[in-house]
Amino acid sequence: MVKVPETHEDRSLRSARSHEGFEYAPAPESRSIVDIKPSYGLFIDGEFLDGHGKSFKTISPASEEVLAEIAEADESDVDLAVKAARRAHSRVWGRMPGSERAKYLFRIARIIQERGRELAVLESIDNGKPIKESRDVDIPNVAAHFFYYAGWADKLSHVGLGPDPKSLGVAGQVIPWNFPLLMLAWKIAPALAAGNTVVLKPAETTPLTALLFAEICQQADLPPGVVNIVTGAGATGQAIVAHPDVDKVAFTGSTDVGKAIARAVAGTKKKVTLELGGKAANIVFDDAPVDQAVEGIVNGIFFNQGHVCCAGSRLLVQESIADEMLERLKRRMSTLRMGDPLDKNTDIGAINSGEQLKRIRELSEVGDAEGAERWEVACDLPTKGFWFPPTLFTGVTQAHRIAREEIFGPVLSVLTFRTPAEAVEKANNTPFGLSAGVWTDKGSRILWMANQLRAGVVWANTFNKFDPTSPFGGYKESGYGREGGLPGLAAYLEGTH
Amino acid sequence: MARIDVKKTYKLYIGGQFPRSESGRTYVVNDASGNLLANAAQASRKDARDAVIAARKAFGGWSSKTAYNRGQVIYRIAEVLEGRRDQFVAELRATEGVTAAKANTFVDAAIDRLVWYAGWADKITQVVSSANPVAGPYFNISSPEPTGVVAVVAPSGPLLGLVSVVAPIITTGNTCVVIASEAHPLTSITLGEVMATSDLPGGVINVLTGSVAEIAPWLASHMDVNGIDLTGVTDAELATALEVAAADNLKRLRRAPEATVDWLATPGTDRLTDWLETKTVWHPIGV
Repeated sequence: MVKVPETHEDRSLRSARSHEGFEYAPAPESRSIVDIKPSYGLFIDGEFLDGHGKSFKTISPASEEVLAEIAEADESDVDLAVKAARRAHSRVWGRMPGSERAKYLFRIARIIQERGRELAVLESIDNGKPIKESRDVDIPNVAAHFFYYAGWADKLSHVGLGPDPKSLGVAGQVIPWNFPLLMLAWKIAPALAAGNTVVLKPAETTPLTALLFAEICQQADLPPGVVNIVTGAGATGQAIVAHPDVDKVAFTGSTDVGKAIARAVAGTKKKVTLELGGKAANIVFDDAPVDQAVEGIVNGIFFNQGHVCCAGSRLLVQESIADEMLERLKRRMSTLRMGDPLDKNTDIGAINSGEQLKRIRELSEVGDAEGAERWEVACDLPTKGFWFPPTLFTGVTQAHRIAREEIFGPVLSVLTFRTPAEAVEKANNTPFGLSAGVWTDKGSRILWMANQLRAGVVWANTFNKFDPTSPFGGYKESGYGREGGLPGLAAYLEGTH
Repeated sequence: MARIDVKKTYKLYIGGQFPRSESGRTYVVNDASGNLLANAAQASRKDARDAVIAARKAFGGWSSKTAYNRGQVIYRIAEVLEGRRDQFVAELRATEGVTAAKANTFVDAAIDRLVWYAGWADKITQVVSSANPVAGPYFNISSPEPTGVVAVVAPSGPLLGLVSVVAPIITTGNTCVVIASEAHPLTSITLGEVMATSDLPGGVINVLTGSVAEIAPWLASHMDVNGIDLTGVTDAELATALEVAAADNLKRLRRAPEATVDWLATPGTDRLTDWLETKTVWHPIGV
């Protein structure tokens, strides 16, 4: 048979057809590895206690199935937790040799690895994120964080804060729902390594892995009171921030709440780190490696359903390649598989909550109303649960709300530029400054762009990479302080110079 | 007949110029014995905003100078100050009523502090940067960048106090708007003359004189100010109000010191690092 060379059009047609006709067999991860209890208490002073607030339910965002009843901590419960943490700090943890603290943290890291599959499944059930991500990104990074900071616990004299830096005391920590256990690790690992004790509140929609972490602390024989987990909503978080015996507040979440926290600690001696919102520009030049850039754009905005503060939610593409880039991007988006978070083939899971889905829908409608053009992947959405298809808007201007506000969902705003200077101008035209992406083959341009971008993390020819050794945090209204690396540890220490 | 001396009009120092307050207001500054020294300009909200605009305008140029060059400029300020030391000794004696020995100590320390920070300009980056050994084939490096425009309430020492808070801010490439000591503002404006003749670009340091309680809230709430240093705020209630206002755009904050500061002691690096942002850059490694 004579082979006829196919034209470009033929190939794209065939791939479109074959995509339509091609079905993946479901490959669900088993739920049986996780034992979800009907109800959970607060973890205070090493024990699970009933809360004094009104309990609430946590559901699976993929099915709206009720998973468990969760205790709500009121002010008195928070007070109890802070007292337990203070006691543990002054009697045990704060005076324990760093080498011993290190061993507890190594132990915790090991148990996280041992129970990694269980944690990953539980995370995907409670959060809605694909098992692929919880298994390959979240949980391995959680263990890595504990390993990294464990090794710092007996090396604090090398941090650069003098010969004998001191822990701050009790850290009050409030974390979001997008990376529930990973954010817990970012907060707890450095705090404990530095000799602090903690009272941590997980987000109200994703408390389960934090409560499983509490069990891991018990398994590791961590002294009671070193880690306290109090569940609840905003009021519980406020009680932690406002508690007079909290020495340090660490928060990851929205910029609005971050500002409220900055106001709440005014006039106190509390130290604060805030890791807040973003509206990152992902900048693609005409000489960028195209296939890698397309993957980077997709990863930048659709990773974790776009529930990522550093998501590359503004695509700035050089005008000369905009049409080609968009075509390729749409084709790639059409192959994204959306559905059951526990299916190992799933790329895009469920939106974390009905409330978040509402916000994504509202801002997308604003995008329509303001004249941007919406394109979304045609796919059947499950009838139950919270879902939003991968979406992009073209014809977006800098004045549009979808180019200015954090959507925190799988929605990409596409803008164009002609010159590097214009790209920088547009990228920096935001009150945020958390992250940015640059795609180009030219080395000197990468370095120039990296210098010009007012953002705490710049990914060049890559995006959404995280590592415990790599400091993460923003400029401007994306917050202050860094997590990860040496600065992440220094944020929990007082120098002795 | 004795010669009538020429008295100086003390004005503000904004954008490299010495304008009067746009409000036309002045306030009386007396010497230690209560005799009139001069009428100082009483800066207004508009002056504060003009100063922020000047500082923002200067930020791009100043922050993109090489660290070596910034160090040279700050060293030049020390040189010019050294050359005019007698004037500063005389001014400190007149305004604060200190002895000649004490005034000399302050002037020496102010000059030496400038030299100390000048030397830091091309070193602090090395001290606080890191190459991060990430678990993957990536080049990953973290290095500091200046925060931007910083507002400062200077402590009461009009020379050493002001130099000690302002020098570290500009060493790393930030620009600033500083409210000079309310009680002893005059020497700070004379110091502006030193800055203006030291190759320091206009707008890098802007000096306001007047009421801290009146001007500081406008700087604290200004959306184009990136950080605020409350070192010279002595009223706890005002400090809290300024901190609340600063939260509007999440300004980096340095609170007023809890204990009296010994400005003669060698400082740490914290006044440098307070106004630095850490930027981390990733790039894949491959052939």
